Amino acid sequence: MSLVELRNVSKIYHLGGEEIRALDNVSLDIESGEFISIIGPSGSGKSTLMHILGCLDSPTSGTIKLDGTMIQGASPRELARIRNRKIGFVFQFFNLLPKLNVLQNVELPMVYSGVSARERHERAVAALKMVDLENRSKHRPSQLSGGQQQRVAIARALVNSPKIIFADEPTGNLDTNTGEAILQLFCKLSREGSTVILVTHDPEIAAVTPRRIEIRDGKIAEKVDARLAGLDRVARTF
Amino acid sequence: MNFLNAILIGFKEVWAHKFRSLLTMQGIILGVASLVAMAAVVAGMENGMKETMIATGGADKVLLQQQPVPAYQEHRADEAPGRTMVDVQALRKSAPLIRLVSPEMAFQEYVTITHGDKMVNPSECVGVWPAVLDMNLHTLEHGRFFNELDEENANSVCVIGTGIRDELFGNPEKTGQEIVPIGELININGQPFTIVGMFTHYESEQERKERELAKSKPAEKRAGPVRKRGWGGRGGWAFYSKNYTIYIPLNTMWLKFRSATGTNSIPDPRLTDIDMKVASLDLLEPALQQVRNVLLLTHKGIEDFSFQTQENQIENINTQIHKARLSGGIIAGISLLVGGIGIMNIMLASINERIREIGICKAVGATGSAIFLQILVEAVVIAVVGALLGLFASYNVVELVTIMAPSQNAPVIKPEVMVIAMLFSAGVGIIAGLFPAFKAAKLDPIQALRRD
Repeated sequence: MSLVELRNVSKIYHLGGEEIRALDNVSLDIESGEFISIIGPSGSGKSTLMHILGCLDSPTSGTIKLDGTMIQGASPRELARIRNRKIGFVFQFFNLLPKLNVLQNVELPMVYSGVSARERHERAVAALKMVDLENRSKHRPSQLSGGQQQRVAIARALVNSPKIIFADEPTGNLDTNTGEAILQLFCKLSREGSTVILVTHDPEIAAVTPRRIEIRDGKIAEKVDARLAGLDRVARTF
Repeated sequence: MNFLNAILIGFKEVWAHKFRSLLTMQGIILGVASLVAMAAVVAGMENGMKETMIATGGADKVLLQQQPVPAYQEHRADEAPGRTMVDVQALRKSAPLIRLVSPEMAFQEYVTITHGDKMVNPSECVGVWPAVLDMNLHTLEHGRFFNELDEENANSVCVIGTGIRDELFGNPEKTGQEIVPIGELININGQPFTIVGMFTHYESEQERKERELAKSKPAEKRAGPVRKRGWGGRGGWAFYSKNYTIYIPLNTMWLKFRSATGTNSIPDPRLTDIDMKVASLDLLEPALQQVRNVLLLTHKGIEDFSFQTQENQIENINTQIHKARLSGGIIAGISLLVGGIGIMNIMLASINERIREIGICKAVGATGSAIFLQILVEAVVIAVVGALLGLFASYNVVELVTIMAPSQNAPVIKPEVMVIAMLFSAGVGIIAGLFPAFKAAKLDPIQALRRD
């Protein structure tokens, strides 16, 4: 059974009486442990796809199954719960809360899932260790560089051990070197078994993932890089 | 998301914008301060009024007053007997709902009391029965009250209030010692009387405190001759007049001063006052009926009397207190309402400013109710912190009020009013927070995340 099953999903917006099909009858399967990129030019519907996959939005029609649960008809409350437990987000603009320090930012998802303060602290420190930022836990986001902020955001995405990690243009706001480091971090996560989905407009970034889903005008044109996919699998057997 | 956490984050949010929060709170601060101060002033007023009422004889006292003969009986006006000892005896025998009857006979001229080179004009110099002690709630501190023998023999004895002593023999605050002039002779309108007893010093709670304060501070040295500042002396009129009372036996009054001083020197047996106390306040109405029935008999059916009860005074006190409370409460309520609107305004601005933060929280799994709780708690925290500051401010407001309008009745800050003010503020915070919290909870995470 796939981790995510999208069947005939459409998302239709109405803007000024005009019907816009952001997603047009999309079907998609994502297996556990995959490293996928969703690419497409702006306006192609890739963000809409990510929002629907990430349970931030509901489709107009079609069904979604995430980790065995049907979620297309879920209430906002249930969606929030699923986002909290099963999904981690990394955004282009980091989206850390400026008033909280690094540790508190990482603790935030656990606050909403009702984890006890002691366990929150332990798990947040462990997550920060994974991104090599445990010595910055008392700093404010504004005192960190862009790359460090993005690593905090990744730690926050990881801290509730989600089934899927979504990264929306995670390198879009970083210089090339830092961006490269962040991508390496995602590769590392993928090798360690996480399901990672990168959303980007940049084919070069998409090139690091074995599976690429290209979106144009709300439809999927999928390409799989067999060589990278094979390498990936070989790498994991070690 | 537990409640404690929400409160903690609420405090952080308030602390992060200290000045803005303070400005937001000012409505609540002023509202609570004025509410507590108003209640304190009204409580002081109430205390003063109640003290005065007790000083004048308590709630169960009924005055029998003279009244012109009604129009339909005017042809019999010259038969109207007025209030006499006949009434007193009849009431004592035939009106069991009246537990105490106290006749009073006063001078018909101005009263002057002298002792040596000192002179005083008492507020009240009347001939009475010992029943007057219970009637006017007097406490005898020194000596004795006159007894039946004094009454029978019309002895020239008197019992005085401390005010009379102060004037004739010296004030303990000035002489530094308490003078008890028992056995001294004084002259009442030229007639010698022996002092056999003296009442305690009556004063209000406020006066007592002031006197004790004055005792602890030595008086300033003044140049020039000894002089009084102002007339009348300390205290409210009720306590003042009670202290300047002098009582003599009723019979003495009758024989020495009244039996030959009526119109054209015809003896005038009419009393100046008949005071009564009812057996129980619940039986006030039947008791007054009973008195009326008895008196109509002794007065040959002529209704030349009426009653005055303290009921009216209690009612007056209650309506006055009620009015003062209402007007103060409305002002404080409006202030709190404005404070609430201020909080709502700031909360709306604040969630607009933090729309992206709210989006982030939602993206990482905050439910609508968690956001709702957060914003609501923040509004309540602002309101409650404001209320606490308001409670501190209320002390200063009360100080200010006492400086600006010093009165006999010191304001009394009541803890229960403080609790009410706190609860009311918290309620205002909740109501003010509801709409912004609802708005924040309903935010679409995608839209919120897109905002810069």
